[in-house]
Amino acid sequence: MIRLIPRTEPSKAMIFLSPLLALVLTALTAFFIFTFILTDIEVSSVFFTLFVEPLIDTYYISELLVKAAPLIMIALGLSIGFRAGVWNIGAEGQYVIGGITGGAVGLYFYNVEGFWLIPLMSIAAILGGMLYAGIAAFLKTKFQVNEILVTLMLTYVAVLFLSAMLQGPMRNPSGFNFPESRLFHDSALLPIIWQGTRLNVGLIVAIMLSFLTWFGIKKHLSGLQIKISGSAPRAAKFAGFDDKQTIWFSLLISGGVAGLAGLFEAIGPAGQITPGLPQFYGFTAIIVAFLARLHPIAIIFSSLLIALTYLGGENVQIYFNLPSSITNIFQGMLLFYFLACDILIQYKIVLFKTVQQRL
Amino acid sequence: MNEGLVFAIIIGISIASAPLIFAAIGELVVERSGVLNLGVEGMMIVGALAGFVVEFHTESSLLAVLAALLAGMAIASIFAFLTQILLTNHVATGLALTLFGLGIAAFVGRSYTEENIELISEIHIPLISDLPIIGPLLFGYNPLVYLAFIMVFLVWWFLFKTKQGLILRAIGDNHDAAHAIGHNVIRYRVLAILFGGAMAGIGGAFLSLVQVPIWGEDMTAGRGWIALALVVFSSWQPFKVILGALIFGGITVIQLHAQGFDIRISAAYMSMLPYLATIVILVSLRIRDKNKTNRTMPNCLGRIFHSTT
Repeated sequence: MIRLIPRTEPSKAMIFLSPLLALVLTALTAFFIFTFILTDIEVSSVFFTLFVEPLIDTYYISELLVKAAPLIMIALGLSIGFRAGVWNIGAEGQYVIGGITGGAVGLYFYNVEGFWLIPLMSIAAILGGMLYAGIAAFLKTKFQVNEILVTLMLTYVAVLFLSAMLQGPMRNPSGFNFPESRLFHDSALLPIIWQGTRLNVGLIVAIMLSFLTWFGIKKHLSGLQIKISGSAPRAAKFAGFDDKQTIWFSLLISGGVAGLAGLFEAIGPAGQITPGLPQFYGFTAIIVAFLARLHPIAIIFSSLLIALTYLGGENVQIYFNLPSSITNIFQGMLLFYFLACDILIQYKIVLFKTVQQRL
Repeated sequence: MNEGLVFAIIIGISIASAPLIFAAIGELVVERSGVLNLGVEGMMIVGALAGFVVEFHTESSLLAVLAALLAGMAIASIFAFLTQILLTNHVATGLALTLFGLGIAAFVGRSYTEENIELISEIHIPLISDLPIIGPLLFGYNPLVYLAFIMVFLVWWFLFKTKQGLILRAIGDNHDAAHAIGHNVIRYRVLAILFGGAMAGIGGAFLSLVQVPIWGEDMTAGRGWIALALVVFSSWQPFKVILGALIFGGITVIQLHAQGFDIRISAAYMSMLPYLATIVILVSLRIRDKNKTNRTMPNCLGRIFHSTT
């Protein structure tokens, strides 16, 4: 029988050790599961492809950074809401809508070039994402409808809307009826910052946003407000903080950045809008945010870690013909272990042989 | 409209609703005990796979349903261990469960994507099922559809007519008080979570054993989340789950039939209907109940319990 004894104060060592412990346990469990299921494949070589290969090749490193950028952006937005107890689970939908609205502006000007184009598209994407998340904020503040369910349902709607758009107004007129948009021209594409790779300025924007969020949370009242209403809603109320404002603020911010991330995917690595735009980033960013304990700078690192599982998942798909869902297994497990290990910060685990539970 | 089409639509609705009833009635018990498990989608997909695999190898529908039930419980036990023993956040753990479930099901099921099985068909009792109107209306459904309705009744009976049900509800409303008078909060909650897993597992298996004879990694398509919405819709009252599920089933079937007719709306727009309807229903529910606080929602829903004694 396991019993948890509260520590008198949080363990400093465990704050750093528990994520590492979670990583090790995830790797061990995955190894065990794969050995059990993949009887015909050398598990150690799968592991090598998953975790080592992406780190020893410059091309893969650039791809790692390409994938980390949208995760950083979305997770930052979500972490603000999570601090306030506002659960935006549908960032994936806001990401898709941002890709559509921002991309639509780019496609409208498909024969016009200009330095103003990307800023204009970005504004459209941010507004699109905000508007979409705003639906949940409106329903939550006006009717107390659960934002988890609304944002999720809207994600399914957004993905269907994307396919309707790609079969209709956004389809490439000379694309042989494929459900894909035109290719964006050069001044609508994000500038590459590492020549010869797909790495673009999106990463710089993402990192800048991380620091911006960090300052924002540290310095400003709205940061305090968001922190308080998450951990102590009643105290926040007495201090005069407005619940509704927090809900609107959290959802609009997280929707806006998710929308921008969607556009950056379309005018970054993808170069056009395809049915493959939704990459599960919106859901994965939830894990990223938690692994970082909602800390804006730590989000950069947890994004890199999760991007590694994405990349590794794609590689084992190519080399071993395994489904890329292997990525989800890792991510789900990592979050399980991470949450479980965090208990070590607040509690000591004591093993009892017999416990007198009753009075 | 002829009689045949009407019956086809009614049977279609029953088949579209039943998986939602299973998943929602399980989650209802979980939430009544004060636990919020957002992993329903993950548990359903695992159940769908387990049912399919066992049906494919043994051709025994009974074993298949049993396997789905056990698989749902197995994956729910991870959630139970984490949230009840290690006191993790319910929302985050539930999301992890969904991701993990979707991942593991796609991974394990990768070699079954091109296989077919025989669907469980509607029952047919000689003579009785052939009676005009009453026959098909009462005795012409899938056996699992009857089970879904029976489960709703059993859950109602358990929650409101037994001592254990009363204790479970008390725990959901005030776990500290329930603990103080000597009830084992953790044990009740763990059992409720396992029951929720079993029901979600069967709900998932319904998709792969009754709805379509194939396995696909995206076959739940958000039904787990719709089931969660149904629990809110039901105000945590078992029989209202049926009502909600029938509404969703109806919308799904209408949408499918509309796609069959030559309505000039893109199929993508029609497919949005069940999800949009979920939102509309949640909103209209709140408008109706605007003036009264929601007294039926378990007070301790999603709160972590740790006894210091």
